[in-house]
Amino acid sequence: MLGIPDPLVLTAFLGCILVTLISLIYGLARRNAARDELTQEDRAWALEEKRVEDEI
Amino acid sequence: MAGNPTLDWIDIVVIVGYLLTTGYLGWLGYRGTRTAADFLVGGRSAHPVVMAVSYAATFISTAAIVGFGGVAAMFGMSLMWLTFVNILFGILLAFTLLGEPTRRLGHHLSAHTFPELLGARYQSKGIQVLAGLVIFLAMPLYSAAVMTGGTVFVVTQFGISFEVALLVMALITAAYVIPGGLKAVMYTDTLQGFVMILAMIYLLWFTYSSLGGIEPAHRALTDLADLVPPTLQAIGHEGWTRMPAFGWGATNYDLWWTVVSAIILGVGIGVLAQPQLVVRFMTVRSRRELDRAVPTGAIFILLLVGTPYLVGSLSNAWFTQHGPLLTGQVVKEIDPASGHALVGLMKEATPGQWAPVINPKTQQPTVVPMAIASRETARDPAGQTLELVKGRSPSVVYAKGEPDQIIPTYISTALPRWFGLIFFLALLAAAMSTMSSQFHTIGTAAGRDLYERLTGKPGHEPSLLVMRVAIVIGLLAAVTISYTVRQEYVVARFTAIFFGLCAATFLPAYIGGLFWRRATRTGALASMLVGMGVSVFWLLFIKSREASAIGLVQFVTDGKTSLLADHPNWPMVDPIVIALPLAILTLVLVSLVTRPVDPRHLGVCFPKEQGR
Repeated sequence: MLGIPDPLVLTAFLGCILVTLISLIYGLARRNAARDELTQEDRAWALEEKRVEDEI
Repeated sequence: MAGNPTLDWIDIVVIVGYLLTTGYLGWLGYRGTRTAADFLVGGRSAHPVVMAVSYAATFISTAAIVGFGGVAAMFGMSLMWLTFVNILFGILLAFTLLGEPTRRLGHHLSAHTFPELLGARYQSKGIQVLAGLVIFLAMPLYSAAVMTGGTVFVVTQFGISFEVALLVMALITAAYVIPGGLKAVMYTDTLQGFVMILAMIYLLWFTYSSLGGIEPAHRALTDLADLVPPTLQAIGHEGWTRMPAFGWGATNYDLWWTVVSAIILGVGIGVLAQPQLVVRFMTVRSRRELDRAVPTGAIFILLLVGTPYLVGSLSNAWFTQHGPLLTGQVVKEIDPASGHALVGLMKEATPGQWAPVINPKTQQPTVVPMAIASRETARDPAGQTLELVKGRSPSVVYAKGEPDQIIPTYISTALPRWFGLIFFLALLAAAMSTMSSQFHTIGTAAGRDLYERLTGKPGHEPSLLVMRVAIVIGLLAAVTISYTVRQEYVVARFTAIFFGLCAATFLPAYIGGLFWRRATRTGALASMLVGMGVSVFWLLFIKSREASAIGLVQFVTDGKTSLLADHPNWPMVDPIVIALPLAILTLVLVSLVTRPVDPRHLGVCFPKEQGR
């Protein structure tokens, strides 16, 4: 199939496409499933991160 | 096969156009929100495509494209398993299983580096220092891999010497990294990522179409199985569209153990414990952003990793159909019906007289596998009649036996020069985005994780000075390694060593820290020491290629390249196969016999949260 005689190599070739499709479906299916909330803790963390980035 | 160093007007238009576009978009990005932290501070969300491409650009570099592409050209399409594992582990599992717990734990504990995350989770200064030390000492090896990959491309594309090209790469890197290029400017990363994607799509289309389509291309590659160089056949290479021979206890299984244990497992699993990638999860706004980034990340990796592995393998078919004609004398017929033979290469010493080409490494006549296109009569320097054959060979022959040069050689030989220039600029951008995150990680490991922890002086100014000095030391170390070590497929090997070391040292403590509340400080520290110790021991004394290059094992054993040199296959087994299971076992056993973690600390690490 597809000119690849070794089933293991063929599996890898098709597996790459399959796992990409699964990722695509997962991302689309869960597009709005999780909450999108920015807490004070998240913002405090980001401020410290930005300070280090700016200084370095 | 060196490229033509002269530029014509279309080349100049392409370079200037690319640089102007990059500069303009970079400037637009700089005017507003730039980094992931800026997005969080502003309370906004990066577009999922921007986030995913920026993340993937951090771990796709010249190492994957030039290094592993060259390895695929040598070993074949079995490397597609690495693409599969990279998407499955590096994107799907990493984003869906590790991303959100890492983000939450990092924010709860106010950790900003990977060692800080481990140290805070386990309440251990020793763990943070050990992790920082491993990163500071080992990361330059990975940086050297990225730098060598870029250097080799410059050598082939512009026809200059390795030393000059390395100096140019080092200067560009220093100019990018030292004045402040360490910021992962997401829009610039994304633009460069998209240029890479377009370049890869063109490369893939060109390769398949010039070989007659997908199935004919694969079939042409399959038909070349008997042209696999004899040295590779001896270790189990059965053709570029087949897995290497599998088994244990004989040298003809060596290639399987190299491909599967070092390349597929080492790099595929190692990506989960890459410090610079783990930190990326903390800069994400929410679980929703992670979920939305999965599709783009997967497509990006499929194209940027899958393409060089496919094109690397298929370059063998392209060169045997369209490569420059080589001339020589048949040494041994392999398959007279298909015209496949082992041929001693010859050059025209004086007009009408042909002499053997001498391999500078072995000082022996150069013998290569060849698909013969024509035969004619000629004379040798002594005036004797000989049958001269002309034909084409697999790609490694055109790259003068250097796997790291195969992808650059293919691009400079097969593709239009303007594409080579675009590819080079995009490759340079990929190298810079990866190296900037590497040197950022080296700097923070030295400043925050080593200096501040060891001196007990959390202060900004001295720590920043240490970070800057560490970055310069890391850069010098990477350049020195690139200059000194130039062995077979060194780019892929350095990458595999670093990824394997990270997996064995960090992965059990990291995963245990996220998901197993019974994992204790002593268990994590013991696991890290075992993972690191076994990996280093294996590299110094067992894995023959690395051990013999370092040289300690020859000193101990009177010249052997491995303590297990008399036991076939063992010297090819990657450290990860031994070190990772031992590290996992150590974490579990030691944690179970040591005092559980204080529930109050666990309450800080894992507060009850709903629906996130």
